[in-house]
Amino acid sequence: MPESAPAEARSTRRITPKSAVVWTLVALVGAAGWTMLALARDEEISAAWMLAAALGSYAIAYRFYAKFIANRVLKVDKTRATPAERLNNGVDFHPTDRRVLFGHHFAAIAGAGPLVGPVLAAQMGYLPGTIWIVAGVIFAGAVQDMVTLFFSTRRNGRSLGQMARDEIGPFGGAAALVAVFVIMIILLAVLALVIVNALAHSPWGVFSIAMTIPIALFMGFYLRILRPGRVTEVSVIGVALLLLAIVSGSWVADSSLAETFTLEPGTLVIWMVVYGFLASVLPVWMLLAPRDYLSTFMKVGTIVLLALGVVIALPSLKMPAVTEFATSGTGPVFAGSLFPFVFITIACGALSGFHALVSSGTTPKMIQKETQVRLVGYGSMLTESFVAIMAVIAACIIEPGLYFAVNSPAGFLGTTVESASQAVNGLGFSISAEELTAAAKAVEEPSLLSKTGGAPTFALGMSEIFSAVIGGAGLKAFWYHFAIMFEALFILTTVDAGTRVGRFMLQDTLGNVYKPLRDVSWKPGVWITSALVVGGWGYFLWVGVHDPLGGINQLFPLFGIANQLLAAVALAVCTTLLVKSGRLKWAWVTAIPLLWDAAVTLTASWQKVFSDDPKVGFFAQRSVYQDGIEAGKVLPPAKSMDDMNTVVTNSTVDGVLSILFAVLILVVLADAARVCLKAIRNPGTAELTEAPYVESKVVAPAGLWPTKEEKAELAAVGASSGGDRSGDSDDDGVAAGSGAH
Amino acid sequence: MNSLAGKVRYWWRELSGEAVYDRYVAHTRACDPDAEVLSRWEFERKRMDEREADPREGFRCC
Repeated sequence: MPESAPAEARSTRRITPKSAVVWTLVALVGAAGWTMLALARDEEISAAWMLAAALGSYAIAYRFYAKFIANRVLKVDKTRATPAERLNNGVDFHPTDRRVLFGHHFAAIAGAGPLVGPVLAAQMGYLPGTIWIVAGVIFAGAVQDMVTLFFSTRRNGRSLGQMARDEIGPFGGAAALVAVFVIMIILLAVLALVIVNALAHSPWGVFSIAMTIPIALFMGFYLRILRPGRVTEVSVIGVALLLLAIVSGSWVADSSLAETFTLEPGTLVIWMVVYGFLASVLPVWMLLAPRDYLSTFMKVGTIVLLALGVVIALPSLKMPAVTEFATSGTGPVFAGSLFPFVFITIACGALSGFHALVSSGTTPKMIQKETQVRLVGYGSMLTESFVAIMAVIAACIIEPGLYFAVNSPAGFLGTTVESASQAVNGLGFSISAEELTAAAKAVEEPSLLSKTGGAPTFALGMSEIFSAVIGGAGLKAFWYHFAIMFEALFILTTVDAGTRVGRFMLQDTLGNVYKPLRDVSWKPGVWITSALVVGGWGYFLWVGVHDPLGGINQLFPLFGIANQLLAAVALAVCTTLLVKSGRLKWAWVTAIPLLWDAAVTLTASWQKVFSDDPKVGFFAQRSVYQDGIEAGKVLPPAKSMDDMNTVVTNSTVDGVLSILFAVLILVVLADAARVCLKAIRNPGTAELTEAPYVESKVVAPAGLWPTKEEKAELAAVGASSGGDRSGDSDDDGVAAGSGAH
Repeated sequence: MNSLAGKVRYWWRELSGEAVYDRYVAHTRACDPDAEVLSRWEFERKRMDEREADPREGFRCC
């Protein structure tokens, strides 16, 4: 039965002269930004233009396109009670103020992802990445988040996997499940690799990060035993200790302890794996929950600071708009040309499948009104996209020569500043050996060469911006390590939480074979499945660190493909639901991003599997090195026969994974297409699993600011007179009548 | 409590999640004034146990 919803009253859609003027101005600002970005050649332009282009585009998209999707496509219904209202239990299900929920949702979707991808993609210049981040979020990423949130809300907060099973079928559902699991493994490996690369040979960084463990333990015991639930006070203490840890890292680096904390990448991998296992089997309250608070506060705080810093400092972009690597596909950071690899490399910030897991699940159980999906779903994703834009800025304001020295693998640069300077000059960018040494010295690191993974580059850009605002060059090293710490903090939290989710999925699946495994309190089962998950990402992490060809440029494309694969699952579920619920006319809203995403992912998989270029194709790479082994030759950058064998094994594993991803995406697409065709042929027979209509008693505005009509409605139910809601703003939603329970 | 400090406090407690327990108490009392209400200590333990049992709740993205 098609979902029924009364059409939004269109009588309210009139254009006042004032709004016409305002929106014309916004459009002009955006257009001016894009014009400057696109036309600037051989000159540095101010980051202000990038901000203008992005913010102008976001504003227009939010005002017009998101509104169109909410009102015309989804037909959000303000008279329909959300699960938060119907099932309100005061805890998991609770109608939450839209602005608070926006904050929670944003904090849940934004992490290290939008800071890493855009930095790597900057090797093609600032323009390709920026265009994809802005256009991708407007037409694909934010749409996916909002539509998933809407459909999950109509289904009492069902998860993406459940919706795939219910609405598409067991095949699509199973493929979605496998996809989520494999992605989790790759994601954790890549994130851990980012941290290992940033911390290798950095006593300051290692010490600061290590200190977060006792700090989190202290917070955990405080919250558990001393003062349960007092998040604020413990977080204030925690953040203060964290800052102390960053400062004292500098003392440690200058002391005799420096050697103890100077670790090889291989050693860090072992520590990381041990940490991942222990953290995931310890009780949640000990490490995970307190770390979660710390990393969320640091994350939101740093993002706000960074936005302020960029606006105040307005640095200029030194990277060219487009480099030759965009077309030649021979960039040292990752191989492959602009299409499809920019769209694979930048996932978070433009289109991120992972968000569909957050948009289905927690947030739909808290949303007060269906009409608020635009603010919470679309708005939060636009904000994350803005974070990605700031990452582009951070990567593009440092000297391009330095950018390539930091982001190219060691096999390409060699190990001395002289060889690195030469290699970078060979790319067509110049940086001298002295400049490389000075750059490392400015942030008090032994070396910045081949610190791949994006985090160090981002930290360099951020320290540049912050030190321009506060403290000058003297604080550069502090800001650099602050940025590293901030990324490491939430990556380590993700490693812990992700291992738990992976374990949970594994327990659920293996429980079909051996029942006790499903019992989450059966310790041996928890240990075994945890070890399996940690072993999975630990393997890729180990491989990434030891790959002679460089771990990030081998693994990051896989991570991107995996993330976009999950987006394809989410968009396929959304499209199927649009078709099944009688919205065929509007199915293009998610179908076009789905087709684009499928084209990107499948092209990338195809090239990764079948390309003749050994830099791009995993199997071509494999055969080059296999031939080398048979001929008894060692091919650079491999240094020994062992290296040669490592390359062969790695490229085989990576190639097989690429095939798996392509197959999964095809299964989901085929299954979704089957269900859609069936629904189109026999309209009215499609079964939907949505919760029945219940009239809402809550009155609450849809957007950030209440409209005139909404203010009148609120006044009618007495919202503004209620002074009992302890300092609550006067336009907050209230339940009419006796209140909803 | 409509002062600026009150508003800041309200928003901070809502965003940081510190208000969850108060909301739970208010909700339980509103539904049934005689209902037994968990102490803060018990309530926070119960929430941690639930999170332990299903780690997908509250999972954050990369």
